[in-house]
Amino acid sequence: MPLKKYLRGLLLLPALALLAGCHAVLLHPEGDIALQQRDLIIISLGLMLLIVVPVIALTLVFAWRYRAKNKDASYDPEWHHSTMLELVVWSAPLLIIIALGALTWVSTHKLDPFRSLDRISASKPVTTDVKPLTVEVVALDWKWLFFYPEQGIATVNELAAPVDRPIQFKITASTVMNSFFIPSLAGQIYAMPGMETKLSAVINKAGVYDGFSANFSGDGFSGMHFKFHGMSEQDFDAWVAKAQKSADSLDRDTYLRLAEPSEREPVHFYSSVDPRLYDAIMMNCVAPGQSCADNMMGEPSHGKTLEAAGEHATAAHSGSDSSDDAMAGMDMSSMHTANEPKSSPAPAPAGSPR
Amino acid sequence: MFQVLVQKMFDHLDPVKLIFGRLTWEALPLHVPIVLGTMIAVMLGGLALVAVITYNRLWGYLWHEWFTSIDHKKIGIMYIVLGLVMLLRGFSDAIMMRAQQAMSFGANNGFLPPEHYDQVFTAHGVIMIFFVAMPLITGIMNFVIPLQIGARDVAFPFLNNFSFWMTAAGTVLVMLSLFVGEFARTGWLAYPPLSGIAASPDVGVDYYIWSLQIAGVGTLLSGINLLVTIIKMRAPGMSLMKMPMFVWTALCTNVLIVAAFPVLTAVLALLSLDRYVGTNFFTTTLGGNAMMYVNLIWIWGHPEVYILILPAFGIFSEVTSTFSRKRLFGYTSMVYATIVITVLAYLVWLHHFFTMGSGASVNSFFGITTMIISIPTGAKIFNWLFTMYRGRITFSVPMLWTIGFMVTFTIGGMTGVLLAVPPADFVLHNSLFLIAHFHNVIIGGVLFGLFAGINYWFPKAFGFKLDEFWGKCSFWFWITGFYFAFMPLYVLGLMGVTRRLSHFDDPSLQIWFEIAAFGAFLVLLGIVSMLIQFYVSFRRREQLRDVTGDPWDGRTLEWATSSPPPSYNFAFTPLVHEVDAWWQMKHAGYKRPTEGFIAIHMPKNTAAGIFLGGLSALFGFAMIWHMWALMIVSFVALLAVAIGHTFNYKRDFHIPADEVVRTEAARTTLLANHV
Repeated sequence: MPLKKYLRGLLLLPALALLAGCHAVLLHPEGDIALQQRDLIIISLGLMLLIVVPVIALTLVFAWRYRAKNKDASYDPEWHHSTMLELVVWSAPLLIIIALGALTWVSTHKLDPFRSLDRISASKPVTTDVKPLTVEVVALDWKWLFFYPEQGIATVNELAAPVDRPIQFKITASTVMNSFFIPSLAGQIYAMPGMETKLSAVINKAGVYDGFSANFSGDGFSGMHFKFHGMSEQDFDAWVAKAQKSADSLDRDTYLRLAEPSEREPVHFYSSVDPRLYDAIMMNCVAPGQSCADNMMGEPSHGKTLEAAGEHATAAHSGSDSSDDAMAGMDMSSMHTANEPKSSPAPAPAGSPR
Repeated sequence: MFQVLVQKMFDHLDPVKLIFGRLTWEALPLHVPIVLGTMIAVMLGGLALVAVITYNRLWGYLWHEWFTSIDHKKIGIMYIVLGLVMLLRGFSDAIMMRAQQAMSFGANNGFLPPEHYDQVFTAHGVIMIFFVAMPLITGIMNFVIPLQIGARDVAFPFLNNFSFWMTAAGTVLVMLSLFVGEFARTGWLAYPPLSGIAASPDVGVDYYIWSLQIAGVGTLLSGINLLVTIIKMRAPGMSLMKMPMFVWTALCTNVLIVAAFPVLTAVLALLSLDRYVGTNFFTTTLGGNAMMYVNLIWIWGHPEVYILILPAFGIFSEVTSTFSRKRLFGYTSMVYATIVITVLAYLVWLHHFFTMGSGASVNSFFGITTMIISIPTGAKIFNWLFTMYRGRITFSVPMLWTIGFMVTFTIGGMTGVLLAVPPADFVLHNSLFLIAHFHNVIIGGVLFGLFAGINYWFPKAFGFKLDEFWGKCSFWFWITGFYFAFMPLYVLGLMGVTRRLSHFDDPSLQIWFEIAAFGAFLVLLGIVSMLIQFYVSFRRREQLRDVTGDPWDGRTLEWATSSPPPSYNFAFTPLVHEVDAWWQMKHAGYKRPTEGFIAIHMPKNTAAGIFLGGLSALFGFAMIWHMWALMIVSFVALLAVAIGHTFNYKRDFHIPADEVVRTEAARTTLLANHV
């Protein structure tokens, strides 16, 4: 009977998943955030299977038992209502969703990418003396540019971070939308021109991991990947030192040449970087003569160029009410658009515990 | 801003530019062998079709009986033919993608360069949603609704014909983009800035915009039409809570269409302004915001998903109760579940972009509303289950699709709820897991429903049943093909593989793509089986003939009339007393009236719809290629035909009583001979 084939096929599904297990990075990540996301996937699936398995089984059982040829089965053509059953069929999914909804609310806030980490791993909380590593990420056509403001270096298509040290990514893009994603480290977040998104993450094991853009961005998209190196502190320092020895420096002209569309850019390092370049990229005013997005709207109090402001963009302006945000009604308050002045420090997403 | 447009137009004052805009010989794919081959094949096929029609002198028949027809049944059938033809196109795109991804590893770059591959996946998505699923859904609603509510036609018969031709005009533009110029390379929702003029200066996105805008007019008008039809034209006695389940789901779908499609029109209009006249609605650094586009398009896009699935739910309800020979379990709760889904459909759009940086509370809100939708959906699944319980189930083809749906859709629903958990979505967003999920619900839900519906109502439309053997072949190929094609994508998603890649470096992925490609091949066999099914059934039509008008021992009013129904559907408007009106009539010893017929007032055919559709396609083409002279001419012609049509007062006629008597007498004889 063909229906049995179904059943067999379904039994094979988990087996397939197991088979894939050895390669499936989402099921075996090495970063604490990705690990918590993995756990959430498994718990949610388990909760849902509580109802999905009986439904599928009942479908096949009923279809078989009440087949027209089976004259032993009862037939009741007018039976069409049962308050008891209705209660069950509405409340069973409801109960699952209440559980899942609670889980969602808590985990979404806990794993909010804009929120700073409070733990390195399940057994290791973040202590006050730990200073997160800041990396500024720019998605270009079609490569990744990483700024290390504290180290004063920049790299193309290679990212490194010390193991067990929180990383604070600030992410933007030059022309179109991309999504910054290192599956083994943490979930993705979009990289969008004129806006800055953030991601907090930590890698718990040394190794080389894949990173790429997870949002289609044009012809060179398929080659838009990079390696992320999780390293010991010493190795990381050596890596930084190597970058600092590079003969290249990243000024605005170099950047403009780099930003030209290109595919599969080889890894390269810059030993020094124009300190305001990242902000200028976000404000779309790298090229000479371009006026920065934050003073496009002509508010005199902010009518100074980024050059003149001479400060880090996130601290350049203060006192803006986040309700000015075009998206405020939708609580986009955690996201910055370049054309709106930002308060300092950046407001945390509403509702997220600090 | 408008100066830019004016300036652009005057730049083109060069007469050649004024006429041809940016269209040159370069636009033809003379240097791309695959496309050139396809173009030649399509042209030869088209010529052959034209030759066959001319040889058999069918032009007049097609023109009078179909193209200008305002009969809802014929328009419905034309929609379905359009959808099935476009299914072949959309599927060709799919199999090209599966082949490309199965071979493009390491040094091998496959057979599609990125700029071509990008068009293929964009066209696949656009075509499958707008020009396959929508026409099929609209076609079935068009055909079935008036029959199920005991009406003679829809509320606005001309508008119905016009809507069809607008959809067809949009289709023509999409097909044209294959051969003249290119299609968008942006993904099916064309997010700016990628779809903006800087990143996509070519005609691709303009083809996208104008084909959707023109087809969108058709969809919106047809939504209004069917909405009014259901509200105003039900047979006496059919209160809302006595409507067949399919009519309920269609009602909700049309409410969704009427409320959601204007948003699509608006957002595409804003994108057009950005592209044509240099506004900056979606340029973040110039005061706009690209995320506004993403929000707006999903405010249309999510209801769109329910626009597609609700009628499929309706079809499953009809099929389950008919083939279980049992009344639908929990009709009232099904109705409320449908309404709840309709309302919630508007409150979940943000789950398509949790990863764009909304705050945790916003993400949780939209995640939880999304999960809540699974409650009424789950209730529906249980209600179909309990309809089967204590039934007498025959496994005809429509019922097989329904059982296949219940199993498959449940899995797709589960992965959907998983994706609604924002932190889980952060790793699964845009991955092949997501691709597997939405194909799981759209194929396993919408498409299976449409196939069930086509097999179920085919005898009503043509007077003979579809061949069971080839129908079953089609079902088994499709369903095994589906599992082979999409289960590997779930696995690949968990391996961190993202969507829309045309090349891979990691060789360990290849086996999964090969399995998926094999699945696509099985689906191809399923599609071929379906075509054979149509052909074989046509050849065997005398054996498969349905003379009773009620081949499945049906429950709703469409089975009360003949197959195919006369143009007026019902000689006398039926009276409704219960939910399953026809079942109740049969069991109450209903006698078909055989005398007392009177003349029937009917709407009259008109060619205005096809002219308006044709002119719209021309106008869209002119806008795409910046052919300003043609744009002005076609726009003026559009207005002229539309206004001219308002002066057409010969809009109706009466079918004489004699003719009704003759038609009904023929049926009486047929029924008598049958028994």
